[in-house]
Amino acid sequence: MANLASNFIGIKSPNPFWLASAPPTDKAYNVVRAFKDGWGGVVWKTLGTDPPVVNVSGPRYGAIHSNDRRLIGLNNIELITDRPLDINLQEIKQVKRDWPDRALVVSLMVPCEEHYWKDILAKVEETEADGVELNFGCPHGMSERGMGAAVGQVPEYVEMVTRWCKQHSRMPVIVKLTPNISDVRQPARAAMRGGADAVSLINTINSIIGVDIDNFAPIPTVDGKGSHGGYCGPAVKPIALNMVAEIARDRETHGLPISGIGGITTWRDAVEYMALGAGNVQVCTAAMTYGFRIVQDMITGLSEYMDKHGFSSVDEIVGRAVGNVTDWQYLNLNYVAKAKIDQDLCIKCGRCHIACEDTSHQAITSMLDGKRHFEVIDAECVGCNLCVNVCPIENCITMEPMTSGTDPRTGFPISNEYANWTTHPNNPMAKPVAVVAEPAE
Amino acid sequence: MPSSAPDIAAGRLSPAEYAANFNDIHPPLDQHQALVEADRCYFCYDAPCVKACPTSIDIPLFIRQILTHNPIGSAETIFEQNILGGMCARVCPTETLCEEACVREEAEGKPVKIGLLQRYATDTLMEEEGEQPFERAPSTGKRVAVIGGGPAGLSAAHRLARHGHDVVIYDAREKAGGLNEYGIAAYKAPDNFAQAEVDFVLSIGGITVEHGKALGRDITLGELKQSYDAVFLGMGLAGVNALGLAEEALPGVADAVDYIAELRQAKDLGSLPVAGKIVVVGGGMTAIDVAVQSKRLGADEVTIVYRRGQDKMGASLYEQELAATSGVVIRHHAKPAALKVEDGRVIGMTFEKTADQDGRLVGTGETFDLSADMVFKAIGQTFVPGALNGAADAIALDRGKIKVDEERRTSISGVWAGGDCAATGEDLTVAAVADGRIAAESIHRALTAA
Repeated sequence: MANLASNFIGIKSPNPFWLASAPPTDKAYNVVRAFKDGWGGVVWKTLGTDPPVVNVSGPRYGAIHSNDRRLIGLNNIELITDRPLDINLQEIKQVKRDWPDRALVVSLMVPCEEHYWKDILAKVEETEADGVELNFGCPHGMSERGMGAAVGQVPEYVEMVTRWCKQHSRMPVIVKLTPNISDVRQPARAAMRGGADAVSLINTINSIIGVDIDNFAPIPTVDGKGSHGGYCGPAVKPIALNMVAEIARDRETHGLPISGIGGITTWRDAVEYMALGAGNVQVCTAAMTYGFRIVQDMITGLSEYMDKHGFSSVDEIVGRAVGNVTDWQYLNLNYVAKAKIDQDLCIKCGRCHIACEDTSHQAITSMLDGKRHFEVIDAECVGCNLCVNVCPIENCITMEPMTSGTDPRTGFPISNEYANWTTHPNNPMAKPVAVVAEPAE
Repeated sequence: MPSSAPDIAAGRLSPAEYAANFNDIHPPLDQHQALVEADRCYFCYDAPCVKACPTSIDIPLFIRQILTHNPIGSAETIFEQNILGGMCARVCPTETLCEEACVREEAEGKPVKIGLLQRYATDTLMEEEGEQPFERAPSTGKRVAVIGGGPAGLSAAHRLARHGHDVVIYDAREKAGGLNEYGIAAYKAPDNFAQAEVDFVLSIGGITVEHGKALGRDITLGELKQSYDAVFLGMGLAGVNALGLAEEALPGVADAVDYIAELRQAKDLGSLPVAGKIVVVGGGMTAIDVAVQSKRLGADEVTIVYRRGQDKMGASLYEQELAATSGVVIRHHAKPAALKVEDGRVIGMTFEKTADQDGRLVGTGETFDLSADMVFKAIGQTFVPGALNGAADAIALDRGKIKVDEERRTSISGVWAGGDCAATGEDLTVAAVADGRIAAESIHRALTAA
């Protein structure tokens, strides 16, 4: 069993798996259950000013399912905590006292005036919580009142509020970013300028998850009407991974601690986030789908993975893939790979053939000597990987790099030299000497 | 027990036991089950399952339609190729057809349950819409006679009616449906499904059914040829193979198909006499059907005796397993040698063991006896060409059945044939439906040719 202990901006937890600020962390009852099942920490559901907000008493969630109703994406229109501030603060204090080895961070969202932040920070400090997370992310409801994403979308506000929080508190400050913005590096840089100890991302994506096509209203439908909500779950992971990587490899924010959030369901997802620069991860939808017990697989899975790779600390994973994230223009255009179908594994469904035939490069046969047979035609294969992705059998189709000889498609000899777009003759802006991707630091 | 009183009795079981024993053998999928199962289909290119279906139903498409909550569209995809898709979903030996070809059979030994999904879609349409979903083309004024209201005849009639032709079906029995009504095992199509399906097919309109009219007895081919623009022959097989033993006509010896027909028509299964000990001779689906149903009627010991090895049996492996799990004993490599008779009725049979020798089946001389109060013959049915007497020209036969070409045309101009009476594929409901549809399209082309 590898040592999973995590130290994220000075906040210690027995493992890097935290529950994100959301319904699962709204009260002591849920949080204690999570800790009993092994979660390393929680970000308490966002506190606001009294009187507390009210939530709709109808449907708050909508979902996208796979065909056998596995939940792939979840959308919500729930607001921040609707419980009185005092009750939350008392419970936070008690839980931290009872579970001193677990991380307990408190999410906050109050109006954009300094006294509101100063006031609530003092109250949270009193609980001896480990830190605060500034909710600049929620895209629904609160944003209509000038909070949440309405702040996160304006870098100047992000910087200003972050600075207030650092001034009025000795606690570590994590700034939670909204993905509902064209360039996530801008608010991340602003948070850093404001003195943030870390950023966490992503908050939910603004969305309408579906439409009731019999009653013609958005889902979830509250008395015949619906509103846009926040989208999360496995479906948002690719979007979040890119945003994490963008911040991790940005010259200005490189090294800024990141708490990765967005569709993390398994230990593998967590490792991906950490490899792209996240120091720890936060989970919500997976727990809301399956219950808290999933953390047990996350713990053992990460441990086995670390043992296999000889990692003695989770920090050894963090950022390991960042150097390999580059711009398209720096990809090696001399690299040639061809798809290869393992005939012993092939079940002859023909999906690779029809995908290639109809929509790509006509590079996979359907017949050989009058028999159903699927094989790659190297002279046509551009190495696009579509067949690999549509094949229902894992590892049946693989991409095999060519290291010598001639590419039968282009007739060009395989070169082991690196050559990218920056010097390519077809590039009107070509430079005489290839520019190699520069590392972020 | 005195030997003069054979152990044959009705009412061996309670009404609840009859109901349970003859209930749907494959309960239908509910919506959740159908969606989960439909999700397993890979939507293969040029799918092997379609090639394995005699009626070439677009299986990946109909399964995808189930998946997108479009079961009515799904059923229309099925019925377009096979208007008896509801019965085929129940009786097709899918394990040797579409499901054997399914790539998931190769991948994990568990094919997509195509038959049950087909039933889900077709049941949904039949229950929700009631009527078949196709419209008749404007009337052509052409008239076609269809002999036999079984799967081949119904399929042909429906397709011809769709094309605007007027069809008269002549059926020898009281009810249409053919073997769907009189032949297949009761637990495969309970709740009078065969008649519901006949009504469904006929709901297209333009089809009249003349019951109790047998070719060669009440009508002749010559007359039909004169008064109709085309004739389709789909009357099935009237003959039953004999054991070739002395005293075969004695009480206690019966044709399996007759007993099954009686069972299918019985209002009360408890009124049907069945023996305590039964021997079934044969190795096909009919042998399994009569054996399993006898057992489910309350017979104590039912033994199927087949002259060749297990691998040569006409019944699919699935059917053989069904027999085994129903408590039927199957003995291979033994052929009938003699009927044992006492007081003018059968009390058992003597079999001679057989062996394969240089590709030929030979008796070994070793015998054994099985006692039985009923013996069922299930060694195949034959075409009886005598019914075609009256044809202007003698019809050409092929291996004892009516010879047809790819379009199901017989040697007589204006006469088509399909189903079990024609020398086409296997004797399966689904093959008969394919024949009927192919013949109808050929007839339509012939009748509308300029």
